[in-house]
Amino acid sequence: MFTIIQIVLFIVLCSVAGYFAFKGYYFVYKNIMHGKSEDLSGNSSERLKNLLLIAFGQKKMFKNITPAVLHFFIYAGFVITQIELLEIFIDGLTGSHRIIFHAVENISALRSIYVFTISFIEVASVFVFIATVAFLSRRWILRVPRLNKPELKGFPVIDATLILLSEIYLLACIFSMNTADMALHNGEYGFLVSGFFMPLFAGCGETCLHIVERSGWWGHMLGVLALLVYLPYSKHLHILLAFPNTYFGRLQPKGYINNMPEITKEIKLMMDPSAVPPPVDANAAPVKFGAKDVFDLTWKNLLDAYTCTECGRCTAACPANQTGKLLSPRKIMMNTRDRLEEVGRNRDANDGVWKDDAKSLIENNYISVEELRACTTCNACVEECPIMISPLEIIVQLRRNLVMEESNAPAEWNGMFTAMENNGAPWQFSQQDRLNWKNG
Amino acid sequence: MQVKTYAEYASSGETPEVLFWVGCAGSFDQRAQKVTRSFVKILNHLNIKFAVLGTEESCTGDPAKRAGNEFVFQMLALQNIEVMNTYGVKRIVTTCPHCFNILKNEYPSLGGNYEVIHHSTFLQKLIDEGRIKITDTATFKGKKITYHDSCYLGRANEIYEAPRKVLEELDAELVEMKSCRTKGLCCGAGGAQMFKEDEKGTKRINIARTEEALESNAQIVAAACPFCNTMLTDGVKSKDKQQDVKVFDIAELLAAGQGLETINL
Ligand code: SF4
Ligand code: SF4
Repeated sequence: MFTIIQIVLFIVLCSVAGYFAFKGYYFVYKNIMHGKSEDLSGNSSERLKNLLLIAFGQKKMFKNITPAVLHFFIYAGFVITQIELLEIFIDGLTGSHRIIFHAVENISALRSIYVFTISFIEVASVFVFIATVAFLSRRWILRVPRLNKPELKGFPVIDATLILLSEIYLLACIFSMNTADMALHNGEYGFLVSGFFMPLFAGCGETCLHIVERSGWWGHMLGVLALLVYLPYSKHLHILLAFPNTYFGRLQPKGYINNMPEITKEIKLMMDPSAVPPPVDANAAPVKFGAKDVFDLTWKNLLDAYTCTECGRCTAACPANQTGKLLSPRKIMMNTRDRLEEVGRNRDANDGVWKDDAKSLIENNYISVEELRACTTCNACVEECPIMISPLEIIVQLRRNLVMEESNAPAEWNGMFTAMENNGAPWQFSQQDRLNWKNG
Repeated sequence: MQVKTYAEYASSGETPEVLFWVGCAGSFDQRAQKVTRSFVKILNHLNIKFAVLGTEESCTGDPAKRAGNEFVFQMLALQNIEVMNTYGVKRIVTTCPHCFNILKNEYPSLGGNYEVIHHSTFLQKLIDEGRIKITDTATFKGKKITYHDSCYLGRANEIYEAPRKVLEELDAELVEMKSCRTKGLCCGAGGAQMFKEDEKGTKRINIARTEEALESNAQIVAAACPFCNTMLTDGVKSKDKQQDVKVFDIAELLAAGQGLETINL
């Protein structure tokens, strides 16, 4: 009877969590689809290589060894714990207890593999614990500068801390479950780390051990489900999106900025007096140059925004940020995501159709003109990002809108544009003097 | 100084080996003009048949593009491409990483397909071929040189070694700044910042980079970009260190090493 109740409860909880998780991920998906289309198909072998090396192999993380090693502990621990989670899941569905163990307990080779695997997971979990504590202290005690910038105030810092604490919570659950289970069976499983913890429960009777074991089991399960639902609202979404994001990452040299074909068309018409302008389509949306809002960015830019883990490596490397300017490439990504979520909520509140809210990604407490003007296009942010995000691509598109749609440029730039148009140089020199250097 | 334009080559029915794209800074900026001349001295010394576009060259459009003005960029780019395609240009060498980047990466989809080489790579190749003979070792003896990575050469196009190889030819010690190669700190000029004041902040970017250069204790700061050169020269001046620390382009240093140029340290 008790088992039946547990199975029903388990299925109900999983379904509820599944429902809310689906809603969350679908929200993210719909939001990303607001971006302009961009064809990033092709080059699949090169793309797969990036996915394997950079997302799976964490290649770019290892430019900075301490956080790379700590992060690797958590990442590897997370991945291999999925094996134990699989057993927990089957047990939950069938009402069994350690179903895999019991299936193999009489086959000595397989049994050793099982014990080895769980022990390995336990050892990895100890490393996860160390790394988590280290990460918490980097954030809260050592106060690493890149983790204490103004754009992290409020939800972002709560989010980061919550994830780390929930990591510790999950470890506590797994270890109390394994240790109590070991104590109940007089250590017959032979798990490495929980065997070591067993004396802690020496004074605990059988009922008490059962309660601890069940609490650990349910606690872990609930924690996992809660994280699954929470993920789409968190910077932690990178554990999933890092994979598509590196796959679709830019393959061109970093110095490349796309040419706008709509402008090429116009200029060719201007340069060729005999060209016949194409008939004007009265229903076509007016051409808008550059990006003013999230709709004008590409879906890849929006995927970038959702993938950003707010680590601030980009900002720490940014020359503008280092010299006290407002610009922070991490903030560019965070603002893009925040604006996109605002757009998504607006859309969902209006029967799936976005209603103009007279706001945009520029200013409106999002990205200011001053920030946009401070960028040197140096690519330090792009180089540093461990998961191939480009804040620069968004900056350039927003700048295009400022300059070409709003004529919002510093006076010196306007002078420069005029000089370039009139005499083919950013300064007021005559083109006829271009060879004067040879007389020096 | 012997310099022929593409038009002159064309009218004599000859084809040059390479087009030297001088760029706006190299054409007009007094400091960068010196770099242009040093590079030409090396080319002439080795009898390399090069041509310039002269008055037919226009700005590549880089500062406009990076500032967000795609119109001005493409107008200039399409003009330049028309000129170069008429002459049948195949290979381009340039002393400016911004010209290099845009000609190499952004001109192709507008119809301009050329082999584009930055002068650091070009000079490195000449060294590898054994064509460069260092005759002046006295100038550099006991001196330290630090190389400042240009963003548009380094991160943008992953050229980190060529300029260092060029400097290794000289009889000096090559030292690195605190941040170099992929982590090299920008000089502050890119993205059309060269043409406007810095935004509000606690420091100018060129000062931050100059501080790193000075910390390296080098007497020579080597640049491979006319804009980095200006930014660092200004930085050294504002630190009042212009007597002890000099900023030079790698072409000037290599020309000096070959005895084609005298530089004052
Ligand atoms: S490209 Fe712009 S935002 Fe990125 S690091 Fe350089 S200056 Fe900062
Ligand atoms: S853009 Fe990349 S480097 Fe910057 S905060 Fe996000 S994940 Fe980190």
